[in-house]
Amino acid sequence: MNTKYRIFKDKFLKMLVTFLSLVAILPLILILFQVVKNGISVVNFKFFTQLPPPPGEGYGGIANSLLGTALLIGLAVLLSVPIGVFAGVYLAENKSRFAEFLRIIVNVLQGLPSIVIGIIAYIWVVRPMGGFSALSGGVALAIMMLPIIVKNTEETLKLIPFSLKEASYSLGVNYTRTILKVVVPTGAGGIISGVIIGISRIAGETAPLLFTAFGNPYISVNPAKPIDALPLLIFNYAMSPYENWHKVAWGASFVLIMFVFTLNLMVKVAGEKWKVKF
Amino acid sequence: MKKLFFIVLFFAFFSAKIFAEDLTGAGATFPYPVYSKMFKEYYKISGVKVNYQAIGSGGGIRQLLSKTVDFGASDAYVDDEDLKKFDSEIIHIPIVSGAVVLAYNIPGSPKLKLTPEIIAGIFLGKIKKWNNPALKKENPKANLPSMKIVVVHRSDGSGTTFIFTDYLCKVSKEWKNKVGRGKAVNWPVGMGAKGNPGVAGMIKQIPGTIGYIELNYAVENDINFAEVKNKSGNFVKPSVKSVELASDCDLPDDMRINLTNTSSKYGYPISGFTWILVYKDLYNGKLNRSKADALANLLWWMTHEGQKFALELNYAPLSENALKKTEKLLKAVNFNGESLLK
Amino acid sequence: MKADKFFKFFLFLCGLLIIILAGGIFVSLISGSFYAVKSFGLGFVLGKIWDPVSEKFGLLPFLTGTFLTSILAMLISIPFSISIALLLGVYYKDGFFNKILSYTSDLLAGVPSVIYGFWALYFLVPIVRKLEMKFNILPYGVGIFTSSIVLSVMIIPFTSSIAKEVISMVPANLIEGAYSLGATTYDVVKKIIIPYSRSGILAGILLSFGRAFGETMAVTMVIGNSNSMPENLFSLGNTMASLIANEFTEATKDIHLSSLIYVAVWLFLLSFVINYIGNWIIKKLSVDVSK
Repeated sequence: MNTKYRIFKDKFLKMLVTFLSLVAILPLILILFQVVKNGISVVNFKFFTQLPPPPGEGYGGIANSLLGTALLIGLAVLLSVPIGVFAGVYLAENKSRFAEFLRIIVNVLQGLPSIVIGIIAYIWVVRPMGGFSALSGGVALAIMMLPIIVKNTEETLKLIPFSLKEASYSLGVNYTRTILKVVVPTGAGGIISGVIIGISRIAGETAPLLFTAFGNPYISVNPAKPIDALPLLIFNYAMSPYENWHKVAWGASFVLIMFVFTLNLMVKVAGEKWKVKF
Repeated sequence: MKKLFFIVLFFAFFSAKIFAEDLTGAGATFPYPVYSKMFKEYYKISGVKVNYQAIGSGGGIRQLLSKTVDFGASDAYVDDEDLKKFDSEIIHIPIVSGAVVLAYNIPGSPKLKLTPEIIAGIFLGKIKKWNNPALKKENPKANLPSMKIVVVHRSDGSGTTFIFTDYLCKVSKEWKNKVGRGKAVNWPVGMGAKGNPGVAGMIKQIPGTIGYIELNYAVENDINFAEVKNKSGNFVKPSVKSVELASDCDLPDDMRINLTNTSSKYGYPISGFTWILVYKDLYNGKLNRSKADALANLLWWMTHEGQKFALELNYAPLSENALKKTEKLLKAVNFNGESLLK
Repeated sequence: MKADKFFKFFLFLCGLLIIILAGGIFVSLISGSFYAVKSFGLGFVLGKIWDPVSEKFGLLPFLTGTFLTSILAMLISIPFSISIALLLGVYYKDGFFNKILSYTSDLLAGVPSVIYGFWALYFLVPIVRKLEMKFNILPYGVGIFTSSIVLSVMIIPFTSSIAKEVISMVPANLIEGAYSLGATTYDVVKKIIIPYSRSGILAGILLSFGRAFGETMAVTMVIGNSNSMPENLFSLGNTMASLIANEFTEATKDIHLSSLIYVAVWLFLLSFVINYIGNWIIKKLSVDVSK
């Protein structure tokens, strides 16, 4: 075969692949550019402390939805982390058929579309409670976070060599203490990374909040009452015709993206330090 | 973990005490501008916070049915069949009336006059271009381009849709048979947008569009809207005045009535009331006593002192006649049998 | 010893709780959709009409919309995600460029859906609109085409990260051997890497298809929300997820609400099947490779 032709194909492939990759990440750059450009003019100290403006007048702030997102994340973590971590421990420690089945179920939960989870939270929490609430939103987000926590915990703990547990047993430590005081703390870094990844995933979720959190134009920290959240605000304001609301939505997008990216960065940087290495 | 749990519980209980007097409502986007103004002003004078989410009239009725909100808001009154679904009586309190305007975006911003036949033709998909002969006939002086007409309608359950389709049923047999009226219908053509704001947003951005929105949304966003030929043959511009004229008719005691296709000579034919819906017995609506008091007082204020905010936002306040009937309805609102407004 | 028994049981309980959770979800979906299932049965899937007024409900327009947008998104994204995977797995296995590219790709995956939708609404839609006006199509700007583009951008990082993993699993000695025989990178890619990682890449593509399938927010903002059967690529349409988002809070009629939950059941079932197949392929692969 003609060498020149082969070299040409080789160079061409490399160029093509590089070009396509750069085009692929172009939207990200565009999105970031637009979010920063449109959002940064709105974001100042007041933005974090004031309530949203009425249609057409001024920029106000996103205090209520910031607090709302924080509360929702807190509730989701509270509800999903304990069960998720321990279930992950169970999976890392057991190879029974039940464990296999559990693994499949966790995968199923992970594939559940977020809007369906919203319906479930409406049926399980909103209806019986007789109202929308931060709690129902927290439940929906917790269901979304659960598979991430379980899987991550299992992966992390699986990396811990048996020799560590062996050493603990040989010192006379029982199973419970070994797991709680040796294995889990060793894997803590990985587990925490998983929690942070979970948080960054749910922070931007809107669909499950549509029929649970409901929205609230006032500051509220009451889990039993409706609440607003950053992605909800962005959704509502983006689709409105009011210029000032668009600006607020850009500002909120800026804050949300910065938050998610910071979390991602944390996991990447600290993740290396925290990863279980043997 | 345990400590965190108790802290959260404590916080929840504590804040439940402080924010006891706030009300939750959901529903129509049609009156959202005037409601949001009213709620803001009411908070200033009473300290009562009203959390109103404009999720569409359909949503308002549904959430009231599920008792997940304290009051609902709708520009479509609940029909007899749906009334049966409520486990106890509900009352329709009219607050203001407004105009559903045909808003459009045509380059050059020509002024449009539309007849019922043209409107039905456009929304049935039969009139497809702006320079259609029917349009040209009514608007000889207007510079109508040969652009395709892009129709925008609501994607959510809407009272505005209800008013509009009710009007279309009255003026077009074909519409009545083919599509019917409702809060959500099977539209022959067009794209869906969420809420009055969504439709207004689309009209603003896309050249060649036409859609139906509440008057205030068109005014606030500098969108052109058409004069419509009414039953008496006059081309009427939607305004507070022409809407008021449309509500000048016999009103039933329960105030459930459509104001479309009015016989009033200079009334605007696509007008409608917008109501706040509550359970007659607020105890049945799952409110506690202090919330019930707050809600009753809010409603009285909205229909009296609050009416002044309607005008500046292009809604028509309640007429004398309407107000008399409304007051009767308000006085019937009770808590476990005990009347709240005496 | 007793403490151990108790603790082990506690761990088991946590696992059981999750299974009960999943079971509860299943039960709620089935009971919620029961009325619609009774009324429409399996014919629901082929029903073309979604009309709350006449109480006729059918899945087909939304099934079509979901499949059209997801398949298109998948097809559009493939060249891009494989390119990224190749770049990261073959050409620049480590180093500065690798770090930048993989980090950017991860960031792409982290952008919340609603922000994609917001951006698409204000920047993608006007561009599509201009395109449509050139071709004398109704210049909605929104529609199946626009949604597919947004979706494809969103799923690129998923496919590329799985593909990259699989590509890096190709045994180094095979590659080294090929190079030492005078193969160009092109040859290595074409004749060794792609054939070897074919099924892994397929799994990755399937999983991102599954992801696009259930995507709600970005789609509902730019698909045009029309409940009738889409006629062509530039038609307006609706997906199953977007339909639910639009109408759930307001379905007053029981049959309407039940039909929406029935749609959710189908959405869940189909994404489950797609994800299951994708995961199964990946699992088989890791077993094969470890052999």
